[in-house]
Amino acid sequence: MTAKTHLLGSRPAALTVRGTATGTALLFGVGLAAAVAAPFLLYPVFLMKVLCFALFACAFNLLIGFAGLLSFGHAAFFGSAAYIAAHAVKEWGWAPEFGLLAATGGAALLGLVFGLVAIRRQGIYFAMITLALSQMVFFLALQLPFTHGEDGIQGVPRGLLFGLFDLGQPLTMYYTVLAIFIAGFAIIWRTVHSPFGQVLKAIRENEPRAISLGYRTDRYKLLAFVLSASLAGLAGGTKALVFQLASLTDVTWQMSGEVVLMTLLGGMGTLFGPVVGAGLVVTLESYLASTSLPVPVVIGFIFVVCVLLFRRGIVGELLARLPGRSR
Amino acid sequence: MTAAPNDIILEARNLTKEFKGFVAVKEVNLQVRRGTIHALIGPNGAGKSTVFNLLTKFLTPTRGQILYKGRDITRTKPADIALMGLVRSFQISAVFPHLSVLENVRVALQRPLGTSFHFWKSESTLYDLHDRAQELIEAVNLTPWANHTAAELPYGRKRALEIATTLALDPEVMLLDEPLAGMGHEDIEGTAALIKRVAADRTVLMVEHNLSVVAHLSDTITVLRRGEILAEGPYEVVSKNAQVMEAYMGTGHA
Repeated sequence: MTAKTHLLGSRPAALTVRGTATGTALLFGVGLAAAVAAPFLLYPVFLMKVLCFALFACAFNLLIGFAGLLSFGHAAFFGSAAYIAAHAVKEWGWAPEFGLLAATGGAALLGLVFGLVAIRRQGIYFAMITLALSQMVFFLALQLPFTHGEDGIQGVPRGLLFGLFDLGQPLTMYYTVLAIFIAGFAIIWRTVHSPFGQVLKAIRENEPRAISLGYRTDRYKLLAFVLSASLAGLAGGTKALVFQLASLTDVTWQMSGEVVLMTLLGGMGTLFGPVVGAGLVVTLESYLASTSLPVPVVIGFIFVVCVLLFRRGIVGELLARLPGRSR
Repeated sequence: MTAAPNDIILEARNLTKEFKGFVAVKEVNLQVRRGTIHALIGPNGAGKSTVFNLLTKFLTPTRGQILYKGRDITRTKPADIALMGLVRSFQISAVFPHLSVLENVRVALQRPLGTSFHFWKSESTLYDLHDRAQELIEAVNLTPWANHTAAELPYGRKRALEIATTLALDPEVMLLDEPLAGMGHEDIEGTAALIKRVAADRTVLMVEHNLSVVAHLSDTITVLRRGEILAEGPYEVVSKNAQVMEAYMGTGHA
């Protein structure tokens, strides 16, 4: 009954939504098939690294692309979640699923703290506060005894997932990471296309107007921040299991910068952009690592070219050039 | 001026705003009567926008009081006065540029559903609002544009969309910040008629630059100059005031 009313009431809108959905479903189907087949063609650890960073970038993109908030401290969530997962699994002997839950929960709490402090500020001030807070987290990671300073937490056992699946098997680990990525991506997808997502986009577009319509925008931004931090944490925890290591690298400001780079390169505010950006950056880094070229210089050069030539990022440009798309 | 107290829906008492020693608004007393169109005008720098931002809570007054339906709202947050029925527009057309016209209006309609924090629900739960949104879009003659993004609209249509979005909240008081600014002549007439139409069962307080524009639209006109009220009354009275004529010399008063 209600379905009928809205179809009649707004046919063009419903059609637009459905058209976009079909295209995306197709893209998603192809991507999924490729992801399932990939470990037979490529090195699984490399693929898992791509997936972890893709989830991290997608989580970051939820914040910058859909809420318009530039966090320059996302490594804090990624990195501390890695420490939490590694410590819980190695020292407390927790099952990997609980290690990941703890990592996600810990990142969510940290996100709540960051958010409460930073959300009242706008633009560059917001970015600076998140950077400062994440530097504090870096300092803690360097000094606290359980993180083992420069060594990090090494030799983290992957364990048995749900007591059944041996994550020590590369393929089992790979498909677990793929499932985690898909779950995380689905949460982001749903959030973007939810009543909450609508308000979030309105805030991104014009915050004073959203306030004048009765929305307490700080609360919406805070929820977006916590969601983004949790998913970044899920990505970080997963990475710790994959590499059996939690180290300082993941909490550095360079890591916060890297996720900004991946998102902008792939296309901020598009759902698939960060996945493409993460894939590109991780591929480049592992390719360049075996050459004598200086990695940061090459990546920096590509970034500059990207910003100058296609500002919307790779996926953003592709979408803009598709016929019949209004955005 | 002699209206019964419950006729006054919005009132400012001794409203003062200082910016680092500069007094932008000084001891302004303003009474907006229920069901009227009230215009606040004045030359550049008269403090119109400051008064407006004070009344809509986007600025905090240095001194003074704001009362809405007899209730003190001086310390109320801007998002909360919207829920009390006091909704503002903006000088620069305030639309959500990358949302469609329909989504622009729907965002204003969705809050009462109570699902605005529900990030796990589908957007399709909002489709029931489309009929109401289409009605509002129809009311401002934007039906052919419903599925265009707001960024694609010409300026005058953006203002119309903004009014539709404001109306979606069914406000008791609409506060319009220069709703006719930057418009071509044909748009001005259309929008003025629209304001008159939607004001039929509500109160409108609008800020405008030119006296002539609001002449036939407003019931009451308050003229500000250098942060103080210079004159107040219907157009016939205000336009004959010698001080007002002086303030408007050379600023296109016709």
